[in-house]
Amino acid sequence: MAQLLSPLPGTFYRSSAPDQPPYKADGDAVAVGDVIGLIEVMKSFHEVKADVAGAGLRFVVDNEDPVMAGAVLAELT
Amino acid sequence: MLKRLLIANRGEIAVRIIRAARDLGIATVAVYSDADRDALHVQIADQAVAIGPPAAKKSYLNMAAILKAAADTDCDSIHPGYGFLAENAGFSDAVSAAGLVFVGPSGDAIRLMGDKVAARSAAAAAGVPVVPGSDGRVAGIEAGRHVLLDTGFPVMIKAAAGGGGRGIRIAADLAAFEQAFPQAEAEALAAFGDGGLYMEKVITRARHIEVQILGDGVDAVHCFERECSLQRRRQKVWEEAPSLVLTPRLREQLCGSAVALARAVGYSGAGTVEYLYDDAADRFYFIEMNTRIQVEHPVTEMITGIDLVAEMLRIAGGEPLRLRQADIGTRGHAIEVRINAEDPSRDFAPFPGTVTDLRLPGGPGVRFDSMLYPGYTVPPFYDSLLAKLIVHGETREAALVRLQRALSELQIGGIKTTKPLFQALAADPSVQSSDFHTRWLEGWLQTHAARLTPELEP
Repeated sequence: MAQLLSPLPGTFYRSSAPDQPPYKADGDAVAVGDVIGLIEVMKSFHEVKADVAGAGLRFVVDNEDPVMAGAVLAELT
Repeated sequence: MLKRLLIANRGEIAVRIIRAARDLGIATVAVYSDADRDALHVQIADQAVAIGPPAAKKSYLNMAAILKAAADTDCDSIHPGYGFLAENAGFSDAVSAAGLVFVGPSGDAIRLMGDKVAARSAAAAAGVPVVPGSDGRVAGIEAGRHVLLDTGFPVMIKAAAGGGGRGIRIAADLAAFEQAFPQAEAEALAAFGDGGLYMEKVITRARHIEVQILGDGVDAVHCFERECSLQRRRQKVWEEAPSLVLTPRLREQLCGSAVALARAVGYSGAGTVEYLYDDAADRFYFIEMNTRIQVEHPVTEMITGIDLVAEMLRIAGGEPLRLRQADIGTRGHAIEVRINAEDPSRDFAPFPGTVTDLRLPGGPGVRFDSMLYPGYTVPPFYDSLLAKLIVHGETREAALVRLQRALSELQIGGIKTTKPLFQALAADPSVQSSDFHTRWLEGWLQTHAARLTPELEP
């Protein structure tokens, strides 16, 4: 099972803005380079792109959760 | 006098406020998020209360949690610091409604100055020069031609219903204006369903100069000006006082206009009136008023000898202004630089991490406001400001030499910081001759940023 890891420490967001739909929903397929969320580090925002492809995306952290660098954000089946 | 103060903030400003309160014999209560358990402000306050998870929205912006912490610890007052809830009118109102003292202005004063159009009107009514432009909407192109008499060129035409830079056109001359105005009207109508337009003079090259004021709700005084023209993405990185470019006559006009505005709105607490100063035209224009203590307040403290945070606490405690204008003078020159956890050679990428070693500058004329200590882990959830290095000298030249000396002593191990930026700026001929404007630093960075690589000390 592949995992998508956070490249940075910070706050994880699943959408580009509070009033926007999430980049990806649970169960979605993911291609390499797809944006799956944002990490906010010290008030600057960085896109998290998938570095592996897969199906059956499942997020293991919630929107606005604090994460450390290397933390698992989502799993692919 | 206040008895027990809750500090609704974190980082260096929470530490700064605790120090001022201690000096006045006021007990202090810190609040902290789960990410700040080991923070310095938590360690040095008399008491500390956990208020929620790391995300600011759930902790430092959580009004209910902060008000509960204040009630649980018998506080009589709350200082908001800067950022977070400092300019939230609803928070000022909620603190007052809970029977506590908000260390800052009333919710109404915050609301007035937070509304750009209302603030501009209040400033104009108090006789403060505002950027020439239309007073509200322009009723068609004929009225627009009249506004041009005030603004000259270049002129900005912007959609009244726009925002975030959308619907803005800049005309360099009359021909461009005649063409742009109807286009802007049609575009605004199509984009926003409202063809209303504003016009404003474009000030292409200006300095940022601001005036520190103190008010007690009745009277107000100024503590002279600061110049903060060195900015990156509209964020100040280097501030100094006084400004080298003001003549005594202009300084008197500028500072006097800030006092007039503060008096006109019955301002209470510390505030800053911000201006653009156009060197070429030798004119200044009101931009906005910040209704809080500012990051760069120490440069004013260094040249006036006034503890601005202590004065805020005295005013909030019900004392009238202690200082008359004639009592406030300046001596020498002060410079502050913002040491951020950012790598200036990599587009200022944030660099949170653990401070392994810490060597602080000291000696005469050096002040270091910070929350750092060896072993402290800088969390990734908040602002990147680690420390403010402030130096004072008899002259600006002496302050610049002292800045270089202090920077050479400063070592923050384990984290990349903006220190190399300030070493390069302090040695730059344009900075040394105060020959800059608000867009200068971004241009300078295009050619110099690559060599500002921080050494990562073990």
